[in-house]
Amino acid sequence: MSAVTIPYKVQLRREARTERLFRVGATAAALLVLALLAGVLLALVYGGWPALKTFRFGFLTHTIWNPVTEQFGALAALYGTVITSLIAMIMAVPVAFGIAVFLTETCPLWLRTPIGTCIELLAAVPSIVFGIWGLFVLAPVLQHWVQPWLIDVLGDLPLIGKLFRGPPFGIGLLTAGFVLAVMVLPFITSVMREVFLSTPRSLKEAAYGLGATQWEVVWDVVLPNARAGVIGGIMLGLGRALGETMAVTFVVGNAHRISGSLLAPGTTISASIANEFTEAVGTLYTSSLIALGLLLFVLTFIIIAAARLLLLRLEARHGARL
Amino acid sequence: MIVNLRRRRITAAVALGASGLATLLGLATLAAILWTLFSRGFSGLSLSVFTQTTPAPGSSGGLINAIYGSVVMTLLGLAIGAPIGILAATYLSEYGRGNRLSTVIRFINDVLLSAPSIVIGLFVYTLVVLQMGHFSAIAGAISLGIIVIPVTVRTAEDMLRLIPSSMRQASAGLGAQPWRTITSVVYPAARSGLLTGVLLALARISGETAPLLFTALNNQFWSANLSQPMANLPVVIFQFATSPYKNWQSLAWTGALLITLFVLVLSVLARLISSYFGAGESRIE
Repeated sequence: MSAVTIPYKVQLRREARTERLFRVGATAAALLVLALLAGVLLALVYGGWPALKTFRFGFLTHTIWNPVTEQFGALAALYGTVITSLIAMIMAVPVAFGIAVFLTETCPLWLRTPIGTCIELLAAVPSIVFGIWGLFVLAPVLQHWVQPWLIDVLGDLPLIGKLFRGPPFGIGLLTAGFVLAVMVLPFITSVMREVFLSTPRSLKEAAYGLGATQWEVVWDVVLPNARAGVIGGIMLGLGRALGETMAVTFVVGNAHRISGSLLAPGTTISASIANEFTEAVGTLYTSSLIALGLLLFVLTFIIIAAARLLLLRLEARHGARL
Repeated sequence: MIVNLRRRRITAAVALGASGLATLLGLATLAAILWTLFSRGFSGLSLSVFTQTTPAPGSSGGLINAIYGSVVMTLLGLAIGAPIGILAATYLSEYGRGNRLSTVIRFINDVLLSAPSIVIGLFVYTLVVLQMGHFSAIAGAISLGIIVIPVTVRTAEDMLRLIPSSMRQASAGLGAQPWRTITSVVYPAARSGLLTGVLLALARISGETAPLLFTALNNQFWSANLSQPMANLPVVIFQFATSPYKNWQSLAWTGALLITLFVLVLSVLARLISSYFGAGESRIE
């Protein structure tokens, strides 16, 4: 007899069996993504339960964070998280918009890819590098040059003056917001750039045909057309800023209090967890930190999910994935 | 009319000029960060960085235990996360294409992609560290692996979708089962794209600090034991940079330079591969 050949039917059966295995494996891996989300949520609720049970709603409304008396309230950290992220957004959004406009409209074609790549590389720099850069380079600059000026010029104004009073520490909410702004800049830019590019050419040509200037085309045609995408991109950046840890931990000052001034040290949810978790003694302390994590997760989930839904609607319209 | 036109032109020039300035500002920031890294980190770069372990305050030493720990945990994390990610992407692009489950999974994956990494650290802490009773390198690797999954799912699915369906149909027409089509036709065709995705995931986790803080912790000494705390570059940088000791701060800068160079080279490499093979734009995030 010649070489051993496997009967055709056996081979078919083998193929079918591998097919079943492969399909089950792929489905299981896909379902694992869902399980991860559920698992994270469950683990955080489980870990934070003792704190949530003890403090109930007070956990959200109290500012006192005292490990000695075991009094834990999340409000100061929540305040710092929101304020630093807002500062970051106020600084990053106009700059991101400018870069996106430059890269899609004014920039010479041959320069678009290299400049675009450089801006995106900013997103690849690890957050801890932003942190030490913020602490050793940015904070002293802000302390000696920018903050004294802010205190002099804005400190005496009637309404917003309160935000710029007190000694220039260098580190604090403003500095943290500044570092966050640099970090989220490439993410917002990248989404804005993509949605600007998706503007139908005919719309722009029509506006030029009516005699619009380049800027008028951007402001009155491209931007309204890309509105949903721009908002989605900003919210995506906001989600990043809220949850960013290392860059903030270095420069925020880690003080659990709410002071009126932006120049004062504060803390954020993520910075509190990063700083205190390994040193936390006792169930209540650890569990309060995990409850903080739960708060952060829910907060960012809502923002990011809303942003993604906005972008998803756009994708359906343009067929491109954002 | 003429005055009006002049005003409109001036507005346009000012606004577009400002957009150029914004770009300069962005580029200058990147340059400033890189300049600081080089000027402060390069001087500390010597052979002892790669041969000695992390020192006590005031004495000399290197980063070898941290580098070793980072490499081990990053590769383990990649080994855990990348296959799961590619399999899940296979489901989304092949088996479940267009059905409601894959729409939901894609959405959740996009949310996980931007979820705060410190929360992943807390998750692995309650799941692994509390069960084992102590911090360990394996817990660190698991948390990095969890971060790898959404990154790989996203890029791998995009790459698999680029493969024309005519290739799948040709394979099916020869009598191949879907799994054979996927492994013998789709994967090889998307090879460079998948590689890009894995490289981007590697770049993403190389500098991750937050999820390692309370999973792998840190270790002053050389340790190759996966069930024990292990030193790693990001956490060492964090600890050394915030210390008052000059030699620790200098090592922190050197470590930061090493990580940043590694990550930037990886990102550029991933870009080159995807553009060389025409696998389309790979996006950050």
